[in-house]
Amino acid sequence: MTRWINVEVRHRIIVAGLWSAAAATLAVLALIIGIVLWNGLPMITWSFLLEAPKEMGRAGGIFPAIVGTVAVTLLAIIVATPIGVGSAVYLTEYTSESFLTRVIRFGAECLSGIPSIIFGLFGFIFFVIQLRMGWSVMSGGLTLAVMILPTIMRTAEEAVKSVPESYREASFSTGATRWQTVTQVVLPAALPGIVTGIVLGIGRGVGETAAVIFTAGSSLHIPTSVFSPARTMAVHFYILAREGLSMPHAYGTAAVLVILILAINVTANWLMLRFRAKTS
Amino acid sequence: MRARRGEALIERVLLFLALSAVAMLGLIAVFIFLQGLPIMLEHGPGSFLLGMRWAPTKGGFGLLPMILSSVIVTLGAMVIAVPLGLACAIFLSEIAPRRVANLVRPAIQLLAGIPSVVFGFIGILIVVPLIRNYLGGPGLSVLAATIILGIMVLPTLISIAEDAIEAVPKPYKEGAMALGCTHSQAIFGVMLPAARGGILAAIILAMGRAVGETMAVIMVIGNAAIIPQSPLDPARTLTSNIALEMGYAAGEHQKALFATGVVLFVFIMILNSVATLRVVRGDRR
Amino acid sequence: MSRCAAMTRAAQLLSLCGGFAWLCLVLPGCGRGGHGHALVLAGSTSVQPIAELIAEHYELEHHDRPVNVQGGGSTAGVKAATEGAADIGMSSRKLKDDEKDLEAIAIAMDAVALVVNPANPITDLSKEQVAGIYVGDLTRWGELGVEGLIGGRTDAITVVTREEGSGTRSAFEEGVMGKADISPRALVQDSTGTVRAIVASDPNAIGYISLGMVTSEVKAVTYNGVLPCEQTVESGAYALARPFLFLTRGAPSRAAQDFIDYALGVEGQRLVVQAGCVPVGGESE
Repeated sequence: MTRWINVEVRHRIIVAGLWSAAAATLAVLALIIGIVLWNGLPMITWSFLLEAPKEMGRAGGIFPAIVGTVAVTLLAIIVATPIGVGSAVYLTEYTSESFLTRVIRFGAECLSGIPSIIFGLFGFIFFVIQLRMGWSVMSGGLTLAVMILPTIMRTAEEAVKSVPESYREASFSTGATRWQTVTQVVLPAALPGIVTGIVLGIGRGVGETAAVIFTAGSSLHIPTSVFSPARTMAVHFYILAREGLSMPHAYGTAAVLVILILAINVTANWLMLRFRAKTS
Repeated sequence: MRARRGEALIERVLLFLALSAVAMLGLIAVFIFLQGLPIMLEHGPGSFLLGMRWAPTKGGFGLLPMILSSVIVTLGAMVIAVPLGLACAIFLSEIAPRRVANLVRPAIQLLAGIPSVVFGFIGILIVVPLIRNYLGGPGLSVLAATIILGIMVLPTLISIAEDAIEAVPKPYKEGAMALGCTHSQAIFGVMLPAARGGILAAIILAMGRAVGETMAVIMVIGNAAIIPQSPLDPARTLTSNIALEMGYAAGEHQKALFATGVVLFVFIMILNSVATLRVVRGDRR
Repeated sequence: MSRCAAMTRAAQLLSLCGGFAWLCLVLPGCGRGGHGHALVLAGSTSVQPIAELIAEHYELEHHDRPVNVQGGGSTAGVKAATEGAADIGMSSRKLKDDEKDLEAIAIAMDAVALVVNPANPITDLSKEQVAGIYVGDLTRWGELGVEGLIGGRTDAITVVTREEGSGTRSAFEEGVMGKADISPRALVQDSTGTVRAIVASDPNAIGYISLGMVTSEVKAVTYNGVLPCEQTVESGAYALARPFLFLTRGAPSRAAQDFIDYALGVEGQRLVVQAGCVPVGGESE
């Protein structure tokens, strides 16, 4: 009888321990977000969001950084999405498992594991110097595109794979070619999942610093073309925090970033739920 | 007939796109190796991998302190992340009621989305002064880096480990409990061993992320190019080595940084390959 | 079915637009040299604040000519000027022998100030003492005559230095260290701001930063009895002075020359003083 009680007690203790682990993790998250928002939210006014920085960021707003973030991330998405979706379509629709497909997948896996500083190194030497693009939205966007490509590829592949075979069979039976099937039946059905991948890619891109600072530069001007240098919010935050120029502004930038990430994550989750509901 | 040829063309285009991911990987590898390998071979890989003095403008290319620091910091981060992360993964897949799990999971994903510079910042703000005032040393230390890194890799570890545990067939657990095990005995005695392939992959991928993290580490670790003798000592990792000096390195110095990149690249590739193979093998079971 | 058709149509349109945008962005891009009309300055993080201040005012008078200022460090500035990545490179140290083929124009004089935490009672340090601290021979504030603890748990000196390519570090090494190496145990930070932040928060810290960046958070000590300030830099009494240089490859372009003239003019030099540095040409306000 006592042995039975001991085992039960041990189980309860373990369960309590597991609950505490989850609670601890959440507490850490709450602490980080709490500090950032507590100090940064008061800074977020319309003028903060729409004005340019003065005195290198000690005063004024962060509008150029917002524009820079949008520009670089948009470029990255525009370049990475066709490649990612195209690859996913190729892997699922046009071939079966073979050495080639394994190589492609392995390549994407490894690409996703490379540290951001190596991307920064590569982007700097290749895009900025070699291709003479200079510090620009272009260099930063292309580097970022390579970084988020594996994310988009993987999610797109999952999305395309889970389109039921019956859809394709129905399309083929009407005499449609494979490409017509893909564009008119499969892709529309997989769209929510693909969009989730894009949203996740955006999330990764917005927070990236090491790769961007060495390729897009850190100019405080609003980029006027894809060849202008640009500063993203993550880079702006890094510089402000590092130089100690203005802690309130650093917090404000961080708060905008965190809210943006929050919004992106919520969107991605909502899309994923809708996607799962649709295909189950 | 025309449709068939059009199809073939489309297939080529798509294949081209698909290969571009591999191509980019190859391009990056080529670039890094092209710049970094010659100088490594010129001075001998030994002087890089085993040398103690990093003074690239004066001919010292010893990366050993950095390699050791990267290893120590990564292992330390794992010590924090593995127990906590595994516990959370078990919690999410086995213990938590559905509603709680649906709240906790997105929260952990949110942790994954926070930029690394914000982590570094919080490290400087909170962790470093705490260490300096209560434990000693300058505060900027291996300990600060391991704490921050451990928290940063948690989401990766949790989500992959959770998937691995979820993938264990239900009959394993039900069988164990039918034999009289408590829930936790079933978890630790049956499910975790069954999921160990995936859990190992989770740990290895988290390790890869920890090794590759740059911004957060550079802000809290002190960047002294020494072999740390206690967790309270400052140190410099391979990634901070590159980031600190990249902007202005010229000539030999720049090549030496690429050589650091080569070491890092090879290290990460090995880690990732092992993890990928384990996941594949785990799936086949 | 119509909803499906509408979604399909939308998806087709989207992909068409995306593809078109993709082509528009990628095709014209290949190979363009790209700064457009903007003037690009890159280099020393010590010169950067002054350059940005001057740029801000310059742009008010020249609306059609944006000026972009990058950091990276003095050696990065030399490299950027040499390779043409920047129109004007910025350096906070004199050019080395193998860099002499660049044109150098001094736009300001600056001092490297030694700073300690405000709670530190020390007010003067000799060259031997500073060298001793940075080499690692002197490790405790007690050895320098400080009684008791300044605020930390021990009186061990926290030595902070800039990274290897920094112009500030070069000036410091030339003036103070001579041939001796800075101890690898020193904490390395890659910006004046972080050096200042560490010295401000750690009672045992010592660092060196540009005079123009000294704020009330830290305390500048006299070096060999001389206080770093405008007068002593101009008169030469303060030993750790260095020029802020604008570098160009060959003669500056018209746009660059215009900017340099502005920097050397009355307005520009007034901004130099506002930034806390010493104007060149003896015109001080």
